[in-house]
Amino acid sequence: MDVQSSTPGVVLKYVVSPNDFTRAGEASSNVKNILKQMGISPDVIRKVSIAMYEGEINMVIHANGGDITVTITPEKIEMVLRDDGPGIPDVEKAMQAGYSTAPEQVRSLGFGAGMGLPNMKNYTDEMKIDTVLGVGTTVTMSVYIS
Amino acid sequence: MAKFYNSVRLDESLCKGCINCIKRCPTEAIRVRNGKAVIRKEFCIDCGECIRICQNHAKLPTYDSLDIMKNYKYTVALPAPSLYGQFNNLYDARVVLTALKLMGFDDVYEVSGAAELVSELSREYVRTHEDQWPIISSACPTIVRLIRIRFPNLIPHLLPILPPVEIAARLARKKAVEESGLAPEDIGILFISPCPAKVTYVKAPLCIDKSEIDGVLAIKDVYPHLLTPMKQAALGPENLAISGKIGIGWGSTGGEAGGLLSDSYLAADGMENVIHVLEDLEDEKFHDLQFIELNACSGGCVGGVLTVENPYIAQAKLKRLHKYDVVARSHLDTTPVKDPGWQNKLEYEPVFNLGDNLLDSIIKINLVEDLCKRLPGLDCGSCGAPTCKALAEDIARGLASENDCVQVMREYLKQITSPFSMLDRDFQKEKASEEKEKKV
Ligand SMILES: Nc1ncnc2c1ncn2[C@@H]1O[C@H](COP(=O)(O)OP(=O)(O)O)[C@@H](O)[C@H]1O
Ligand code: SF4
Ligand SMILES: [Mg+2]
Repeated sequence: MDVQSSTPGVVLKYVVSPNDFTRAGEASSNVKNILKQMGISPDVIRKVSIAMYEGEINMVIHANGGDITVTITPEKIEMVLRDDGPGIPDVEKAMQAGYSTAPEQVRSLGFGAGMGLPNMKNYTDEMKIDTVLGVGTTVTMSVYIS
Repeated sequence: MAKFYNSVRLDESLCKGCINCIKRCPTEAIRVRNGKAVIRKEFCIDCGECIRICQNHAKLPTYDSLDIMKNYKYTVALPAPSLYGQFNNLYDARVVLTALKLMGFDDVYEVSGAAELVSELSREYVRTHEDQWPIISSACPTIVRLIRIRFPNLIPHLLPILPPVEIAARLARKKAVEESGLAPEDIGILFISPCPAKVTYVKAPLCIDKSEIDGVLAIKDVYPHLLTPMKQAALGPENLAISGKIGIGWGSTGGEAGGLLSDSYLAADGMENVIHVLEDLEDEKFHDLQFIELNACSGGCVGGVLTVENPYIAQAKLKRLHKYDVVARSHLDTTPVKDPGWQNKLEYEPVFNLGDNLLDSIIKINLVEDLCKRLPGLDCGSCGAPTCKALAEDIARGLASENDCVQVMREYLKQITSPFSMLDRDFQKEKASEEKEKKV
């Protein structure tokens, strides 16, 4: 745990393992429980856990896993989801509701409705996607604690 | 009434301080302190898991004794639908109902009858509240309490209709006053319950200020008193049944949902499964479901800790009992219910908060994460907390210390005694060389 001395905060780190649907969601569920113990408002918790779960699932389905860093400060909750996957060729297209490149076997599990990225945007106050083809993707999302 | 009431108690003389209950408790409400289990009231949801697991029978459900019948001039028994699943070769619910009267009650009012009214009310509520889908059942008090302390975002999804037993109590008192001519307070409305959670509901209902139920008896207490009267009742049962398939179905899992006459539902039972469903619901992982039925007990109310029969056998017996029955006997148009909705809003109780404010919580979460790294991670329970993480949280709350961990303590002892062991080693060495010298 790295605690910055200037601004008090909590830093949580998670590794997301590739292709393991049974474990997908562990990180967001853990963050959710910690936020509940901190007395963060239920509405903020809901946004964080839904957005983070979607991002986590994307790392599992599209990017061979990766790592997540969550920083909780009195102002906001910041989630950085980093992977070494294939990258996103057309971010604008990927952001469209219903757009998905998920393979058939993933869809049959109930994933791949193409609503992940749009929901991540809707449920957060800030979202930024840095992606390089063949190198990886980093999605940074923030939810403000008002 | 206090904000937190729980009906599961500990008999200290029987508790051996083992770790079975602390490990089993779904809300981590139990700790072993000074060799005895202690239940944290605010965390306890009266699910009965500790009663099930305790080999020493030290965990006790509270409920009323049959003597309470003597306190009233006129008594009405309210049998839970799960009661019918307790008997062998029962093909007619009227036999049990008649036997209840032979046993000493002045009248009976089937909770399953009221359940049919609640089913009708629920159908209407679900139909007109699409924005709140999925609606979560609220009949099991343990589920309501779990959601109250752990799933704030799901509170708006709870079905805000009184549980069948409350509606049965109101209707039963009205009927009793009319038939007996007595004052309402002379009438004892006594629920025959499968679980201590219902005791908690009666003592401290959350959705209304005061329950109409005067006492809660245990199915297992009433059961032996019914066996002989049932033989007599079988010869000519009175026409006391006011429910059919739907009402009796409420006694086991899926029954309440079945009463909605819709396929768009899910029914889960058993604490672990229920928590799993609630976690997923909270993350909006289910779509297109109208209703979620949740029961704390495996199998539904037939699995309650105050029942006698194995829940799965009881389930089979219930099914057999209502196989040839009519769909429903109670209907709102003939039995209207006044104000069946919740009077009070359910408030979220953040009992698991670590700090008093956000900054304090940040410090405490960091402390917990830090402690978790230092503690051995064995989750052995020897410290009296169910897991190393739970101990860390207790320490952060100021309720325990790191030295409560036997592994930490052992390391510490090793450290402080190491100078002595070194001395001892030197001494042994000297002695050995002296002996050698002697021999030479
Ligand atoms: N981390 C990622 N790495 C590579 N591609 C991604 C990543 N996240 C999303 N994508 C791409 O964006 C598309 C849309 O994502 P999303 O809206 O979550 O829908 P879905 O996951 O259902 O396909 C995905 O189908 C995929 O092609
Ligand atoms: S499922 Fe039924 S018996 Fe079990 S705790 Fe809930 S109401 Fe009581
Ligand atoms: Mg997705």
